[in-house]
Amino acid sequence: MFRLANPNRFMNWSGKLLPWCAAATAILLGLGTWLALFVAPPDYQQGEAVRIMYVHVPAAWMASFVYAVMAISSAVALIWRHPLADIAARQSAPLGAGFTLVCLVSGSLWGKPMWGTFWVWDARLTSVLVLFFLYLGYIALVNAFDEPTRGNRAGAILALVGAVNLPIIKFSVDWWNTLHQPASVFRLGGPTIAASMLWPLLIMALGFTLFFVTLLLLRMRSALMAAKLRALRIQQSQSLAA
Amino acid sequence: MSKFSLLVARDLRLALRQGGDAAMVIGFFVLTVILFPFGVGPEPQLLQRIAPGIIWVTALLAALLSLERLFQADYEDGSLEALVLLPLPLEAQVLAKCLAHWLVTGLPLTLVAPLLGLLLHLDLAGYPALVLGMALGTPILSLLGAIGAALSLGARRGGVLLSLMVLPLYIPVLIFGVAAVEAESAGLAARPHLLLLAALLLAALALVPFAAAGALRQAVE
Repeated sequence: MFRLANPNRFMNWSGKLLPWCAAATAILLGLGTWLALFVAPPDYQQGEAVRIMYVHVPAAWMASFVYAVMAISSAVALIWRHPLADIAARQSAPLGAGFTLVCLVSGSLWGKPMWGTFWVWDARLTSVLVLFFLYLGYIALVNAFDEPTRGNRAGAILALVGAVNLPIIKFSVDWWNTLHQPASVFRLGGPTIAASMLWPLLIMALGFTLFFVTLLLLRMRSALMAAKLRALRIQQSQSLAA
Repeated sequence: MSKFSLLVARDLRLALRQGGDAAMVIGFFVLTVILFPFGVGPEPQLLQRIAPGIIWVTALLAALLSLERLFQADYEDGSLEALVLLPLPLEAQVLAKCLAHWLVTGLPLTLVAPLLGLLLHLDLAGYPALVLGMALGTPILSLLGAIGAALSLGARRGGVLLSLMVLPLYIPVLIFGVAAVEAESAGLAARPHLLLLAALLLAALALVPFAAAGALRQAVE
């Protein structure tokens, strides 16, 4: 981990890795979409609408996975002052917010034909909505400072506070929901899902993960380049002044 | 007098002499609650049904409104940098500041809440749970808010930022606070909800000082 901490070395290996990641993402997402739309059978109850699942479920997984990535990078940044961890945490936040939004929107579009409404105050939906606001709070905080390092440090603390709070919020929302409405409507075809549906789902999930990795590497690289550019500009203006 | 109580006394004195902090929070609380009957209509049944929710949500907002005062003045006039140098751990200072903040905001809110319950026809059985819940819940609001207030020091648009950061963290307090009152008025025990609030308070007391002190350190660095 520490050997890879050097930004120059990171630029080197990530530049080599990036095209492979991008190609794998394109293949997996293409294959997954084809399987999901044409090969997987329609559900006996939900009909064709079940195909929304192949976007919705991986997005939901990614929503929490990216928050975990963010929290772990923040911890690493706070403990070891790892220069890349700061950038990784900061750059993954908008991606996580994006996945959460995709999850919410696709869930709402799925909810309309299935439950007859765009939104239900179901425990799961509510906790995803709260997660979305945690992302937004983090993004707002890291961008609220004039010096980027200050924003990174503050953001790292907030990400960890959020990570401690997420289980509490999740638990309390579950508690609240069971008080208000007895049975949850949200049930993903039961615990057993047919293999013909599971495979496309897993391929899509892997595709989403690689998509995140590709975008994260791309964003980290451009953040590093932007920092270098800023340093060069300052150097240039100083030498001009001198 | 120990350093801890000195710090509490200093903050209380500042809050009371500069005046109107507690009064402003209470004013906001009462006024906002009074807006609801205009918004939803004066039927007693409806008001009784939503009274716990109105009171708790408004208390949350009132607490949020006062958070900016927690560290902002000290940060602006530079006394925060002096406080960091005190031989009292920054974590303990955070607790002292939260205590002072709670005494001027959370405690008055707790005391006024039953009066507002009266205005909203709150079920008679719900009052003890409301007051106890507020007494346990408002310190959590001050503590969690301290993290947000410390993090947003020196940030642009601090106020809006603060609400975006802190309100999602307040959701558990809101849920258990309202659930306690509703359980009592439905003839169930409020005890589990109050115990959960107490657990949240203890966890916040144990963990928040470290996060908030970390945030303060990076703010004065």
